[in-house]
Parts: sequence; structure tokens; C-alpha cells
Amino acid sequence: MGSRIEILNDGGLRSDGRRQHELRSITIQLATQGNADGSAIIQHGLTTVLAVVHGPREARLRSLTQHDRAVISVEVQVAPFSQGDRRRRGKGDRRTQELAASVKETFETAVQTHLYPRSEINIYIHVLHQDGGVLAACVNATTLALINAGVPMIDYVASVSAGTFSTSPLLDLTTLEESDVPNITLAVFPRTGKVGLLLMDTRLHVERFEEIFRLAAEAGKVIHEEMRVAIRTSTAGLVKAMGGAIVAGPGAGSSERATKALEIEDEEMVDA
Amino acid sequence: MRPLSPSIPEKEFVLEALGQGLRVDGRAPLEMRQPVLTFGPEFGYVECSLGKTKVICSIDAKMVRPSPERLFEGVISLHSEISPMASTEYEAGYGRPSDAEVEISRMLDKILRRSDAIDKESLCVLAGQRVWHLKLTFHFLSDSGNMLDCACLAGITALRHFRRPEVEVVGEEVIVHAPEERAPLPLAIHHTPLCFTFALFNDSLPALLDPSHLEETLCAGTMSIALNAQKELCVLQKAGGVAMEADAILKLLEIGVMKAKELDKLIEEALAADFATRVVEVR
Repeated sequence: MGSRIEILNDGGLRSDGRRQHELRSITIQLATQGNADGSAIIQHGLTTVLAVVHGPREARLRSLTQHDRAVISVEVQVAPFSQGDRRRRGKGDRRTQELAASVKETFETAVQTHLYPRSEINIYIHVLHQDGGVLAACVNATTLALINAGVPMIDYVASVSAGTFSTSPLLDLTTLEESDVPNITLAVFPRTGKVGLLLMDTRLHVERFEEIFRLAAEAGKVIHEEMRVAIRTSTAGLVKAMGGAIVAGPGAGSSERATKALEIEDEEMVDA
Repeated sequence: MRPLSPSIPEKEFVLEALGQGLRVDGRAPLEMRQPVLTFGPEFGYVECSLGKTKVICSIDAKMVRPSPERLFEGVISLHSEISPMASTEYEAGYGRPSDAEVEISRMLDKILRRSDAIDKESLCVLAGQRVWHLKLTFHFLSDSGNMLDCACLAGITALRHFRRPEVEVVGEEVIVHAPEERAPLPLAIHHTPLCFTFALFNDSLPALLDPSHLEETLCAGTMSIALNAQKELCVLQKAGGVAMEADAILKLLEIGVMKAKELDKLIEEALAADFATRVVEVR
């Protein structure tokens, strides 16, 4: 194991050149899979996760349905090439199952399942590259895929990982930092600021915890903004294309329709 | 076999009572059932009960060859399979473990093993050749809600109760002394993690500590906190469920801190009482 890399040096820079509270660069692609109802790929720095949503649709097994709401099922596949050594993880792997269970329980609250009784919403998550913050990326990718699929939710779910290096809080950890410092993964509903998911499995003093907890909740709102911009841009593109097809002829009519459609989308989002 | 969902009148009754701050079994919202710790004849055998929830933890130690990646550390393994003895809703090991089983296993693993409660290096006997392998087996005897907290309490008490044989290393030879020859030694324990589970409900109903089976079924989410008496958080798990305000979560943490101190004292007293009854010298 090589030389010890500094988590936070004297100049306040981390091992990848970021500042303490700086998030990694976020790249979002929507509707990447043609045959799925909704799909999204999100990248936080090097961590890449693809989420695919099918549904709401008729359940495959009648015995698994609920009479008054839709059932959400989540399957996670971690690609063998996602980490340094090539390693095949079976479906029964405990860590993968825990990831799937966490995502499922988070979205049971977020998705308005009561609108689709006796149906099923299938979420398939593929972890393509792991560099820390994998659970957070899975949650974010799922949010985007569900919105892309048009599944009604009560709010976005924005997730981020955070840690603390002695007394300095750090946001959005890489693998190196995650294995070295106590860390938490947090998912918030940005509009109300309430916490949906909160996981920590490293030892941390209660006072240190409060600090990074509050910081992570704020960071969740920043990530929410990024997601919102991506969704709005993609929807604007769709509306423009639709507007162009419906209204024969150039310019004015279709752009009015496009802005009106965006306004309606805004209002709907606010009312929800 | 999936258990029947509670009937609508039952559900409404529990939630309405909660609205008035009352629990069906008469406890206060933040009151735990009184834990009772009973020790078996051997060291490392503990039965813990929280009301009617009973879990047994027994520890076994044997010497093995260490894994090539960790030549200087002992091995700790946990086995926690839930049999239908606990409740008919658990099936006897067909294929995949159920969700509840996976959750409890993962949590116990994180709380007792990954939190470094036991110093693994102290389990090394002869570097690279012989180390102690501690095997913790959990038997879930009865599920009346909150098996996780009960199992965790049983586990950590068993670890503190356990005595391993004294070992002498002469050159390359390892001599294990029988407990009759030399008094067995305690494990090197860094800290005592204790788990507290809260059941969360919608619509500003209070959170409940140590939920009963019915409360667990009807709740809209749970949050488990594992911490020690030195105010260090070991594991925090709120996997989905109803969204909570940040302040509400911090308040539950404070309650956990308080209860951890009480429970720690209880464990000490129970252990002291048990050692007083033993004939073998206990260090």
C-alpha cells in the first residue's frame, strides 16, 4: 500500500484538488435507454450510476400486489468492472441487497404509489463505476429516472455523502476518503428539507455528527438544483420538438406554446 | 408465510391512542421494556429478553490460520439466521434470506464487528499462523418486536462475559491451557455499542422507542441508532420511511445518548452479579 495520501492538506485542499465543501462535478443524461419508460445516468466525479424505470405496469406476480397502491421493486447490479479489481458480485451479495433495500424504502415514501393500485414499478440500477458516494448516486439516478418516466412523486430526492476529517467536515467523498474518515449518506426532500434516508456505519462523536448532518442537508439542496436544471432543459427540448410538430409553420406560435407548457409544468410542480 | 395485516379497527386504535401519547401496552413513548439478562453455565452464553422478545447469543472460540490479507488479526464471524421458532412469518431457510433477516444480520455485523468493539489484534496468538476465531451465534427465540436491539444487547453482553483460554507461546509451539489449569482471560473490548430502535409515524405522531410487534407492523418507518456510553455514534440507520425534520432526528439522538448510559450500567450490574456466583476465578 503506497505512501499515505493526505485527506486534507494545510492549504485546505483535498486529495483530488477540491476544497472542503466542494462537490464533485455532476453530469446528467436523461432517457438513455430507448425501451424503458424512464432512464438516467448520473456521474458524481467518477462515480457513475445508471437507473432504469419500468412502470407503473401490471405486476408480474399477482401475489406481490397491494390492493391500494403500487409496489416498488428495486434491483441493483454492480458491474464487475466498476472497481479496481474485476470482481463479479452475485445478486445475493449482502451489500448489494442492502443498497437495493435502502433505495426501495426511500422511494416508497417519495413516489405517490396510491395513484396506481395493484401495479408494479420496477427500478433497475446499474453501478458502472465506483468512486465513493455510490448509494447517493443510486438515489439521485433513481429520482431522475422516475421523473423521466413520468411517475408522480411528492418531491425530488437529493442525496449526498459527507464525512469529517478530525474536525473539518468534507462533502461528497471519494473512495479514498470514504475508507479513511467517518462518513454518512443522506437523502433529503429539498422543498421541505426533511430527511428521507440517513445511513452511517463508522464511529463518530455525536457533536461532530450534527455538523456534517446539517451541512449534508444543505448540500442536498444544491444537488437538487442541478437535477432540476437538467430535467427542465430536457423537457424544454421535448416540448419544443412537440410544439414544432403540432403547429405547422415557423416560430412564434410554437414558442408561445412551449413557454406556456413550461409554465404549466412549473405550477404543477409547485402544487404537488 | 406472510402474516395477516392488522385489522382496520386495531390500526385506528393504535394510531389514535398514539395521538394522545399512549401506547397499547401502557408504556410511555420513549420507554423501553425492561431488559433481563440471564447467563448460561458457560462463559459467553447470554439470554436477553425485552418483554416477550428473546434472543440468545453464544460465543465459541477456536484457533485457526489467519487469512493471508490479515496475518496479525483474529477473525470474528456472526451467524444470525431467524428460524420459524421466532415467529411463523419467518421461513426455515429456503433459498434467500428474507428482508428482515438481511437487515438484522447487516446491522449486527455493523454494530458488533465493523465498529471495532473487539480489538482484533489482541486475538492474534502466533503471527501469521494461529489466531482466534470468535464465532457469535444468535438464536432468535421469540419475536415480540424489536429483535435487533435485543440481539445487540445479547451480543455485546456475551462478548463482555466471554472468557477465552489462556495461551502460551513457546518458540513456535502454542500451548492452550484448559480453564481448570489457568483462569481464562476476557476479550479486549474497546467500547460497548448499544442499539436503540425508534418506530416513526406520520402526521406528527410521536416516535416510539423499542416498538412492540404491532407497532413495528403499523409504523411508517424506523430509525436505529447504535452508540456507546461515551457518546460516540457507531451506526445510524434510517433507511427510507417517513421523512423527518433534522431537529427531530437530533432529538432522538439525545435520547439514545441518555438511554445508552442507563443500559451500560445495567450490563455492568448484571455481569457483576453473575461473576459473583462463579467458583472459577474471573479476572
